[in-house]
Amino acid sequence: MPSWAPLSASELAERQRGLSEEQLQQRRIVHVNAETVQDVSATDIPGHWGPGQDDSWDIERFKQGLQTKFHQNKPYDSAFSLVGVDASIANAYRRILLSEIPTLAIEDVFIFDNTTIIQDEVLAHRLGLIPLTGGQEGLTWLRWYRKPPPKDDFASQATWPYDVDDNDADSATPNDHNTIVITLKVECRWATQDEDGRDGRRMAKEGETDPNERYVNSNIYAHQLVFEPQGDQAKHFSGENAIRPVNPDILIAKLRPGQRINLRCHCIKGIGMDHAKYSPVATASYRLLPDIKITQPILGADAKKFQRCFPRGVIDLVKDGESGENKAVVADPMKDTVSRECLRHDEFKDKVKLGRIRDHFIFSVESTGQFESDELFLDSVRLLKAKAERFKRHLTELEEGR
Amino acid sequence: MSREQYQPPTLTQNNSGQQDNSGAAGTATGSGSFGGFNITGSGNLEDTTRPVHYLCGDCDAKVVLKRSDPIRCKECGYRVLYKERTNRMIQFEAR
Repeated sequence: MPSWAPLSASELAERQRGLSEEQLQQRRIVHVNAETVQDVSATDIPGHWGPGQDDSWDIERFKQGLQTKFHQNKPYDSAFSLVGVDASIANAYRRILLSEIPTLAIEDVFIFDNTTIIQDEVLAHRLGLIPLTGGQEGLTWLRWYRKPPPKDDFASQATWPYDVDDNDADSATPNDHNTIVITLKVECRWATQDEDGRDGRRMAKEGETDPNERYVNSNIYAHQLVFEPQGDQAKHFSGENAIRPVNPDILIAKLRPGQRINLRCHCIKGIGMDHAKYSPVATASYRLLPDIKITQPILGADAKKFQRCFPRGVIDLVKDGESGENKAVVADPMKDTVSRECLRHDEFKDKVKLGRIRDHFIFSVESTGQFESDELFLDSVRLLKAKAERFKRHLTELEEGR
Repeated sequence: MSREQYQPPTLTQNNSGQQDNSGAAGTATGSGSFGGFNITGSGNLEDTTRPVHYLCGDCDAKVVLKRSDPIRCKECGYRVLYKERTNRMIQFEAR
């Protein structure tokens, strides 16, 4: 009988009684079998379960089902659960985290001198990938810089002057509101007795091979980049709020005596869609919460073997009251990787059901250091909201025929 | 200019030209006759008057040469000199 067929009186009564908690839970599970995966798609579409029950979307019901819980909240690495949303929403947050939250990165490199063996363009690329940080307030104060299109890109050149933000006429030229200046001026030389307290040339004759001993500035690290505040920037980026690399020990180049680097960088705000260096996260990913159901008791030596089928901590052994043997119980499904190892053994095949919970997303957000991970996720929520509101505005404009 | 009169612009010709004439006259004729080869805009005229920095191939000393100077290290007399990198700014995109 098709799902839209009229219901008999008894069926209708059964439907209207509502589903038991267990049945509702069952609907949330994606079944993971030995070789197949079942019930992948979401079922909260009106009409999915047939007539006789109210499947329409309801804000109150959504609010009840929505949960967030932090498992770990370190500044640059957080893990949390987001329960009760559709996969499309969770995925939208993930994608916004990766490619649409603006961050600051080096964009233009003006090289005055570079006599090292690392080529100019390679050096510029390396500099661009260095994650920068600074005062949060100042970074949000920073405005957009609209870069003029390249000379050979005629399509974007044709639209260029119209692309500029009307509210910020200065966005087409670098100024103190949209560009951060960083310089690097270093030269490598032999260590001398007067300046460094050791004679590099003599040490070399005596067989010293360590370049750090023989030379000065043989390794150039990110902490040697000098931030030069321009105009108003001194107010926002002073003291501990100064623009600096997140990790001071990023190696930029290796030098030998007589080699020099002298360059100036312009850092601007950009988004990950444009270039990966602007992505605020190293990774932002989610997985579904694994679900393990032991349908028949697994006892004794089998229980031990069953435990070894899972990562450590997933299955616990407890003393069974009746037989006095060890019994396998599920301790922490969060730690499971759903490797399906237990389904390869005949003795467990019919005793366990594996699955994942369809609307329980375990997010993992690793920040590159410019912003904190939890704040980044909130930003992604704000951004999606702003996009939805913009879309709504456009729809009303369409309706009104503007 | 006939085909026989034409001489390709080379460094040796530049040097001999300066030896014949006075310095100012030499540069004036230089800019007049080689203007057509000057694609980059700021060319020969500037480069010949400004002393150029070199590094000695043997003793790594810095050598400053003017137009008429012999190509020779002033410290050790070595005749192989390396020109230093241009001091003009070069712009790159960090991508």
